[in-house]
Amino acid sequence: MSDPATPAARLQALLARTPARCLVGGAGDGYRTATQLALRCDHAAAVDAVWGELELQQHLGAALIQRYGLFEVCSAAPDKATYLRRPDLGRRFGPVAEAVLRERCPAGADFQVVLGDGLSVAALAGQGPRLLPLLADLATDQGWRFGQPFVVRHARVGLLNEVGRLLQPAVVVLLIGERPGLSTADSLSAYLAWQPRPGDTDAQRNLVSNIHDRGTPPPLAARRIVALAAQLRAAQASGVSVKEDPRLAG
Amino acid sequence: MAYRATVRGEGFHFADLRTLLACANEAKAGDELAGLAARSERERVAAKLALADLRLADLVARPLLDPDQDEVSRLIVDSLDQDAFGHLASLTVGELRDWLLRGAASRSLPSWLPRALTPEVAAAVAKLCSNRDLVAIAAAQRVVTRCRNTLGEPGVLAIRVQPNHPTDDLPSILLAAAEGLLYGCGDAVVGVNPAGDSVAGVAALLRALDGLVTTLGVPTQTCVLAHLTTQLAALETGAPVDLLFQSVAGTQAANAAFGINLALLHEGREAVLASHATRPVEWVGSQVMYFETGQGSALSAEAHGGIDQLTCEARAYAVARALDPLLVNTVVGFIGPEYLYDERQITRAGLEDHFLGKLLGLPMGCDVCYTNHAVADQNSADNLQLLLAAAGCNYFMGVPAGDDVMLSYQTTSYHDALAVRRLFNLRPAPEFAQWYQQTVPHGPPEAAATALLPLLPRLEAAAEAAR
Repeated sequence: MSDPATPAARLQALLARTPARCLVGGAGDGYRTATQLALRCDHAAAVDAVWGELELQQHLGAALIQRYGLFEVCSAAPDKATYLRRPDLGRRFGPVAEAVLRERCPAGADFQVVLGDGLSVAALAGQGPRLLPLLADLATDQGWRFGQPFVVRHARVGLLNEVGRLLQPAVVVLLIGERPGLSTADSLSAYLAWQPRPGDTDAQRNLVSNIHDRGTPPPLAARRIVALAAQLRAAQASGVSVKEDPRLAG
Repeated sequence: MAYRATVRGEGFHFADLRTLLACANEAKAGDELAGLAARSERERVAAKLALADLRLADLVARPLLDPDQDEVSRLIVDSLDQDAFGHLASLTVGELRDWLLRGAASRSLPSWLPRALTPEVAAAVAKLCSNRDLVAIAAAQRVVTRCRNTLGEPGVLAIRVQPNHPTDDLPSILLAAAEGLLYGCGDAVVGVNPAGDSVAGVAALLRALDGLVTTLGVPTQTCVLAHLTTQLAALETGAPVDLLFQSVAGTQAANAAFGINLALLHEGREAVLASHATRPVEWVGSQVMYFETGQGSALSAEAHGGIDQLTCEARAYAVARALDPLLVNTVVGFIGPEYLYDERQITRAGLEDHFLGKLLGLPMGCDVCYTNHAVADQNSADNLQLLLAAAGCNYFMGVPAGDDVMLSYQTTSYHDALAVRRLFNLRPAPEFAQWYQQTVPHGPPEAAATALLPLLPRLEAAAEAAR
């Protein structure tokens, strides 16, 4: 680092390149009030993102719901507290959901998108409405049959296996809210699987994570997801045996 | 063998030792998830009653997993000091609790105590202790360790500086670390959790941290908490490894899920010890291992073998103590609400883990922390940190404002270290305290940037040299 700037300017430049809360100073042994309240503010956003319940109209918007015929089902976890304690219930559909899905979603799609709240409703609300139209357009451009998308409340990643069993799509993409941190509460992940079935694990899944404006922005995420789906189709497999080729996303 | 107890005229029956130990636990989400927890408060207390009457000799005689199938069980059986155990063998678990409380009150717990205890005995007695018992007994059990400084003496509270960064940016990491040093933190270790696991990246981090403590002359050790095999590969390329880190768990299968076994841990320790002999460093001791643990990790790997999470945790400490570590800490709030649901469960687990570690002779610290999907917050972290300071915890974490921007969770901060040391009249490790007195004679200024500015050229040089 041969920056000729003054030490003070170099220190400012260094602070700008880290999200860590360095050099915040203090009051006695404690934080200054501004620091204390900034921490509370960011924790509040993170907790609300976890505990907020999905409101389809409010979080995804009437236009998106109408355009894609979106509807909602629930996992076997009936409420948020149960969802957090019982990951196994979040990996299965509730009693009504299976019948609804069989009735409303044509089986055997080439590219089936599922939207789940996961650990952050804010992530689904923030990135889902931007990502879904991009995915639908890119998949259609590929000539793939785009499955009827739907929304799952209290979803865990393992639901991929149940979607595969019920609807038998070629590729399933689950968009799901990540565990929020203090600096980012609205980060979304996309889990992809080729013909998932009960018993499959993360070893059979591919992941595009960190989807938000300061991470992987939705337009790039959509291109990566569709390129990765094309790789899965070519390999007739998913997971550790398929390494994402970043050049394909353009 | 079955166990029985009666609560208010109602009989309870526990089919085997694993069931009895599990049902005697305070409520934990992970035991419920595993289907091992007591189904009612009456059943929980019945299990405690039956456990209290169990003789230690009978508890030790029944390994929870077959020692021929599980190397952790083999280690536990082989490492029990039968002479020391002879002092306690005829006691029941309930009598052991009373004996420990008396010994703690009169500061007369014998030095052979850790050698006389198996993890299962320590876990059993923890299940009968109140939170205050866990604090009082642990406070009487100091464990002193040495590498580049001396940790754990009475009156000492050490801090690990944890200057993580989401992309392992070296200047950012050294900035956060140097700030920690200005706060008198970093005597336990300056230790980074790397975002990447490449050998080259880990080696660069090791060189950068070593460059920092060398250029500033800090008597402390550094560590990069990558997988053990990655650290050893970096060591082979010539990177300086003060401490070898690894996460460990309480069954062979759970350790296999971490990609380790006992032989690998021993080989790694030997390699690091050999490297120390070749480096121009003033070593004050040869304890070179750093372990992290946490209740629920075995269940999370589906490798708990039907054993409750507190007992699994105690068994992880048997693994740790076989390697004579400098540092061991539970990461008590990190695992998530499926294992520790809320602040009550996190607090209890933190006190249990520290107690178990100290009883088994480990230099026990704690990452007092929480994730944003647990029912906990900074107030509950404050509470647990104060309780553990009262319990004589060897060290806590220090992160800028408690916000770990790589791991996305909250732990304790440099400010917390100042406050706890002042409240409990504690000081840093002696060698580090002397350095601090000379280097930062007036303590951390409220305007930390002013104090850091003169150090900046040396940070930049250390980062540049590490690339």
